[in-house]
Amino acid sequence: MAKSESELTWKDIEVGCIATEPGSAARYKCGDWRSQRPTYDFNKCIKCGLCQIFCPEGCIYQNEKGHFEANMYYCKGCGICAKECPTKVITMVEEEETDVNKNGD
Amino acid sequence: MSTKTGIEVSIAIGEVVKLTDADVIAAYPITPQTHIVEHLAELVSNGELNAQFIPVESEHSAMSACLGSAAVGARTFTATAGQGLELMHEVLYVASAMRLPIVMAVANRALSAPLSVWGDHSDVMATRDTGWIQIFTENGQEVIDNTLCAFRMAEDKRVLLPVMVHLDGFHLSHMIEPMLLPSQEEVDRFLPPNQYPLPLDPSKPLAMGDFGPPIVYTEAKWAQEYNLLNSRSTILEVWKEFSKVFGRNYSPVECYRCEGCKVLLFTMGSFSETAMSAIDNLRNQGIDVGLVRLRLWRPFPFAEVRNAFKDAEVLITLDRALSAGGPGGPVSSEIKSALYPLEKRPKVVSFVGGLGGRDINVSGFEEMVKRGIEISKTGSSKEYEAFGVRE
Repeated sequence: MAKSESELTWKDIEVGCIATEPGSAARYKCGDWRSQRPTYDFNKCIKCGLCQIFCPEGCIYQNEKGHFEANMYYCKGCGICAKECPTKVITMVEEEETDVNKNGD
Repeated sequence: MSTKTGIEVSIAIGEVVKLTDADVIAAYPITPQTHIVEHLAELVSNGELNAQFIPVESEHSAMSACLGSAAVGARTFTATAGQGLELMHEVLYVASAMRLPIVMAVANRALSAPLSVWGDHSDVMATRDTGWIQIFTENGQEVIDNTLCAFRMAEDKRVLLPVMVHLDGFHLSHMIEPMLLPSQEEVDRFLPPNQYPLPLDPSKPLAMGDFGPPIVYTEAKWAQEYNLLNSRSTILEVWKEFSKVFGRNYSPVECYRCEGCKVLLFTMGSFSETAMSAIDNLRNQGIDVGLVRLRLWRPFPFAEVRNAFKDAEVLITLDRALSAGGPGGPVSSEIKSALYPLEKRPKVVSFVGGLGGRDINVSGFEEMVKRGIEISKTGSSKEYEAFGVRE
């Protein structure tokens, strides 16, 4: 898809709105309706990976130091990771105001 | 060569679906549609039709199964009526928006309550805005002709939309009529194979029915609407091609003895044939009246409607459905709205009648026309009149 969603006209829509490119849903930014975001004190992290298992979005990955962290492009801020973390690494804080109309940034 | 056959209309639909070599029939039986799907089940069971018959647990499932079937590019047919069509309702929108070429015969039936298995157009009107192409028929021949045309319209690459063929419950579905049943050779000549352009195929993955966030929903719906409006030219082309092979002509709005008439009666469905007899009688009585019948309900034939009524002074409409608490009959309401922009337009007198299987016979239509002419002169405080209601 050459055009971004905000540039698509009705003439660009595929028959029946069919998505012909497998995996294209990964481009959809579902992190932009978040009202809270996770913050980390990695000093407490025991790298157990429970947060990754419980994350309903599947957006938690292991960073280069082996700590588990959410991809903020997809994180919806549900706070389940903070609730489940046995060593209280994660604290949810209010999300700052951002321009929700900007896509893909 | 077509064969002249005395046959029940429902059975004839099954025979025509067999000739189209349909791949999947997913249906749930409901009066007065039952004979259509019973006959198809028999044809599949005895090997005359090589298709999957999916005996689903509800009409909601029937239409859902049709979505899947049409999505893999299988030629798909179903049939329903009344409450069954209502139970399908939400899936009807999905079929049209996903641009899936499904053909459905609807044996038009009143809606409960009170419970009625008999015919009217309440079920049709509830599906008005679902995005399907919708065709009314007046007799058995028209039903089977348009069932055949419906496959070609639906599957045409320029259209790719589901099509409903409406036949009045009992008045048509259970009528035994002499009909010209097409031959296999004629059907093969008229109906090309179904080649859905983007079928579900594991070797070429795609996603259908994904969600449309606010940023694309409007564009998606407008693309759908533009396509439905544009299907008009293909519908006309298919009827023309049908005429070439079978010699019978269809058009979005059809007239009977209406040339130069100042008074016109407007009907749809099987009652139109009774109305024709009434027109003949009224002409013999010196009343200058003609009949206009609606064949294509969606996409709505604005140009033909305006052209048919442009010289009339009085237009008397009969709807077999009631828009409760609203302007009366849905078709009459749309006719009025189509005529509104014209500088010169007829007075429209609306009737609602023939509900829940109540017959309107020839003398009934004569009475309706006379009453309509009277109202056009005296005016009325009502938006519409309920025809035949006992006071």
